[in-house]
Formats: sequence, C-alpha cells, structure tokens
Amino acid sequence: MIRVVQPGLYSTVQDRGRIGYYGVGFPPSGSMDQYSSDVSNILVGNPIGAAVLETTFVGPTLEFERDGCVAVTGATADITIDGTEIPLWTAVQVKKGQVLAFRAVSAGVRNYIAISGGIDVQSVMGSRSTYVASQLGGFEGRVLKPGDVLEACADGRSSASKFGFEVPDHLRLFPSAHHNIRIVPGLCNYLLDEESQNLLTSEPFTVSTEANRTGYRLTGHQLSFVEREQPFGAGSDPSNVVNLGYPVGSLQAPSGSELICLMRDAVTGGGYATLGTVISVDLDILAQMKFPETVAFEAVSMDVALGLRADRREKVRGLVQMIDPVK
Amino acid sequence: MSTYTKFLDGALASFGGDEYIFVEVATDMDLEATLRVIALTDAIGAADISGVTDVCPAHVSYMLRVDPDVRDPRDILPILEEIHKQKTQDSKLTIDSRIIEMPILYQDPWSHEVLMRFRDRHQDPTSTDLEYSARINGFTSPSEFIDAHSSRLHIATFMGFMPGNAECYQLVSSEFQLQAPKYVRPRTDTPDRALGFGGAFSTIYPVQGAGGFQLIGRSAAPVYEAKKPFGPFEVDIVLPKGGDIFRYRPIDMAEYEDIRTQVDSGTYIYRIGMVEFDLSKFRENPIGYSQTLMAALP
Repeated sequence: MIRVVQPGLYSTVQDRGRIGYYGVGFPPSGSMDQYSSDVSNILVGNPIGAAVLETTFVGPTLEFERDGCVAVTGATADITIDGTEIPLWTAVQVKKGQVLAFRAVSAGVRNYIAISGGIDVQSVMGSRSTYVASQLGGFEGRVLKPGDVLEACADGRSSASKFGFEVPDHLRLFPSAHHNIRIVPGLCNYLLDEESQNLLTSEPFTVSTEANRTGYRLTGHQLSFVEREQPFGAGSDPSNVVNLGYPVGSLQAPSGSELICLMRDAVTGGGYATLGTVISVDLDILAQMKFPETVAFEAVSMDVALGLRADRREKVRGLVQMIDPVK
Repeated sequence: MSTYTKFLDGALASFGGDEYIFVEVATDMDLEATLRVIALTDAIGAADISGVTDVCPAHVSYMLRVDPDVRDPRDILPILEEIHKQKTQDSKLTIDSRIIEMPILYQDPWSHEVLMRFRDRHQDPTSTDLEYSARINGFTSPSEFIDAHSSRLHIATFMGFMPGNAECYQLVSSEFQLQAPKYVRPRTDTPDRALGFGGAFSTIYPVQGAGGFQLIGRSAAPVYEAKKPFGPFEVDIVLPKGGDIFRYRPIDMAEYEDIRTQVDSGTYIYRIGMVEFDLSKFRENPIGYSQTLMAALP
C-alpha cells in the first residue's frame, strides 16, 4: 500500500493505454511519455503494461506501507527517500514507512514512478489508465488527492532483478528546451497552401501555456489554406472540414492561427483540417516539453517513422536483458 | 515521399504517423457517403485484419489504428483497397437503428450563462448563439429555429470527440438543412448535456468541457454515465450508438426539473424504439418517412 501524503500538481495512474474504443470516442490515455514509463516498469521488474504514476511539474509525496522496489524516470527532478537524494532512472529499494518526495523538475515535465508489482486499480475497458475528462479508469477516474491510498499488485519481481541498477545514459531521455519533432505529413495536409506546407516544417513553433494531456497548443506562424468552396456541413472557415477522426499526435490549425497537437487524452475527432501526425517516438519527447520551449517539425517518410519505432523497441528489449538476462 | 494513395473509388488514404490510417471517402456531408463509410468499416471489422486495433467511422471518412509492432501499416492499404473495390456503389442503403427521445430545454439558463462568458470568441458578440443561428438560417425568431430543429429527426453519423458524443445529421431534404459555423475560437467550457449545433450537426455534450458548437439548449437526460449507472447505462456507460436516430422533444422548465429528479434517483425511463433506417425510403418521402420512424417510439 502507498499513502498519498501530497498529490503533487497533477498526478494520475497510467499504463500503456486503452485500446479498441477509439471508434466510439474513448482516447487511449496512458502514459504521455511511453518510453520513460516502460523503462520505469522494467527497472522494478514489472511487465511494461503495469500501471505507474505519472506526475506533472511537481511530483507527489508518498509513504510506502510495504517493502519494495521503486524507480523514477522521465523529467529531470530532485527526489528523495526520507530526505536522502536518490538517483533517477535507477532501481531503488524502499522500506515500509519510508517517504518518497519530489522537488520541482529542472528539465522536462513528467515523471514516472513505478512500484514493484504495479499500481493496482480496477482495469476499466482493458486498461488502468485515468481519463479525467470522462471520470474513467485510474484511481476513481481522477487526479490523486491527499490521503488517497493506492494498492500495489503482488510483487512479481524475479530474483535476478537487482536494486541499484542504473539505466546507462544512452538509454535515457534528456528533455531540453528545443527539439526536432518528426511528423508524417498526410490527412488533410493537401488543404494547406504550398507556402504554409513549407512553413510548417521550416520554422520553429513555441509550446504555449495551454499544453496538457489532451493537446499541446503551439504558436508561431499564421498558416493559410488553399481557396476552395467549403464542403457542405464543414463550416465557413477555410480550416473547417466535415468533422473527422483525429489521430493521437495529429496537428491541426484552427483558423491557421495556432497549431494544436493532440496527445494521449485526445479528442478523437472534430472539424479542423489535420495536417500531419507526430511519430510515436517523438510524441514521448513532446510530452516532456513546456512553455516557452520550441520545436522544429521535420517531415519524414513512413520508412523513417517505422525504423525509429523499431530502434526504440530494440532499446527496450536490450534494457530488459541487461537487467534480467534470463528473460 | 508519396503522401496519398487514391483508391479506385476516389477515396483518399494517408498515414497518421506510424499508428493510424486515414481514409477520406468524401469531403461533403452526404448520407449516402455515410452509409458507404458504415458498409466499409463493417467489412473492415469483419475482415479482422491482424494489426488493426481500432476501426473509427466518421461522417464521410474513417480512420484505423494499427499496432505497427504487429503489422506494417503499409501492408494494410492493399487490403483496404480491395474492400473498397468489393463494396461498390450498390451496397445496401439500410442500417439497423434505434429511435431515442431526448427531452430538451431549448434556450436554457445554464448554456446561456456559459455562452455569454465567451462572446469574445463568437462570430456575433451582440446576439446569443440561438439568435445568431436563427438569423443566418433565414428565420425571424429563435422559436422558428427551434421548431425547425425539433420537429424533424436527427441521425448519429459520427461517434467522435469524447465518449458519448454523437454528432447527428438532420433527416430533412437538403433545402431544409440548417447550418451554422463553429465558434471562431473554441470555448474552454460547456455545460454537460448542452445541446450544440455546428456545421450541419447537432450533439448533446456528454460531459462538461471545451467545445465549439453553437449552444442552443440542454438535455434533461444524460448520454454518458460512468459513476451512477441506471437504465441503459447498466449495459454501457455510453447511451448513443452510430446510426441511432434522435428525436429532440422540447420541454419546459417544470418538466426539465421533474426529469432531473428522476435521473438523480435512477428512475428515468428513456423512450427507445427499434427501427431500420432505409435511405431510399427517406429520400422518396422525407416527411412521411420521419413520421413512420417516430411511430416506433414506445
């Protein structure tokens, strides 16, 4: 059991997401930075599908009511157990009665706290992820509050997993103030005029203060659309289309005045032209960015997008073997 | 880098990053295109294509979510192309459906309070959403707009945005279709159960939150209930399904409050009837066919 002494700014239970209900309006939810989330689970000996805690800017203060193993990954933050600093990206032993505490992050946004066994909340539609807007999943469908008590599943760690294992630097994610974010152009991209198509992938955009689990608004450049007779049922603005499905990671530009990139709690559809989609590997990186950091969008082919995804899969597999060669 | 693939039937396919395939069957709203999307996505679902985790029909387009760790999404395009070929224009024009009555308090005070807070994001800051929608559709008063909106049925042609959201197209011939733009910039707040209208579509907002449709009323009965399941929500936390037909029945404040009490105690009974929707019958006689559908309400 884990007692929430302080919940932090916006902490939720997440896993790899709710699959199979997108067509009826349920976003996948799940960890915004899936790579860091996966690694935190591997460190404590969990399957990567186990539920973890996701924090936002300020992490929680947690009291452990049983012995176990804990790992914190993601944003760069100072964290302590009973006042003593502990390293990030590391499997750390925790004893009954000890208190894990956070100070504010210095780079990135979100931390992932994995506990051996995984957070035990009821699985809703195949996932333990919290979708706050519809009060679904996670811990009572909401962000954590002081006094909440989280149960952990039985500790299934194999004897080979060891305390003190540190993820090597090349397998960590280092958030910074500027990132290249790769997109696959497509969807309604053909509605942008040529100049704006080039602008999208040549000029930097700034992450705005409106950036959360549903979407990231980015500002920078006015985009314009080709002139056409608006389709029936679309609406009169050139950026309007007859409402359609939005992929997670898709970019849209309402009135051309700002970009919105949909994240894991995406609205699953709407009426603005979609211009392209951030590849899954880079969505993890974007999830660690905040105002007023900047991104440069880079157009890539499906070959590149799938290649980078395969590289990441190999990294995760390599890490599992490093920790537990018998797996 | 070839971004788009055009199928033989004119549908335009492209990838949404490494996990999604988007197929635009048509760009204009048209019920025939909607039924084609339903036929295509039903066939895709039935084909049980390995790697496809989600099939997401919209009004005139659809989207698939793919697990690229199971299957390269590029290998799925030829399968889709083949399904498009098999499902030619003569695909059936009927769907199994339900007719559901929703009690609506048009011009309700809660939507009014919210829409007044967001006048700076609206096309016409000096009118209410309903006054504006009435005027641009050529009516002289909001009550005429309400009559036009509530006297005919609406069919759910897209289950998207959020769980429980069902965007509905009105079952009237094209010269009677109402239209309104979405807000210039979306609101950050909308009451739950608010009745919104945007493009050519109506929806009941399932939960409180952001939104861009014109706000014209509020339903007394919910379309989404995760916390206190009663009646239809004991089976599914979401009430509407794609293809459902809605009758928005205007009610007054006294009835609104009465239904709210019934909803709170879990005793409210939705009026739901089973129907088959036949596009050709609708086209032959839109008014008469709507009355036939309406007669299926218990």
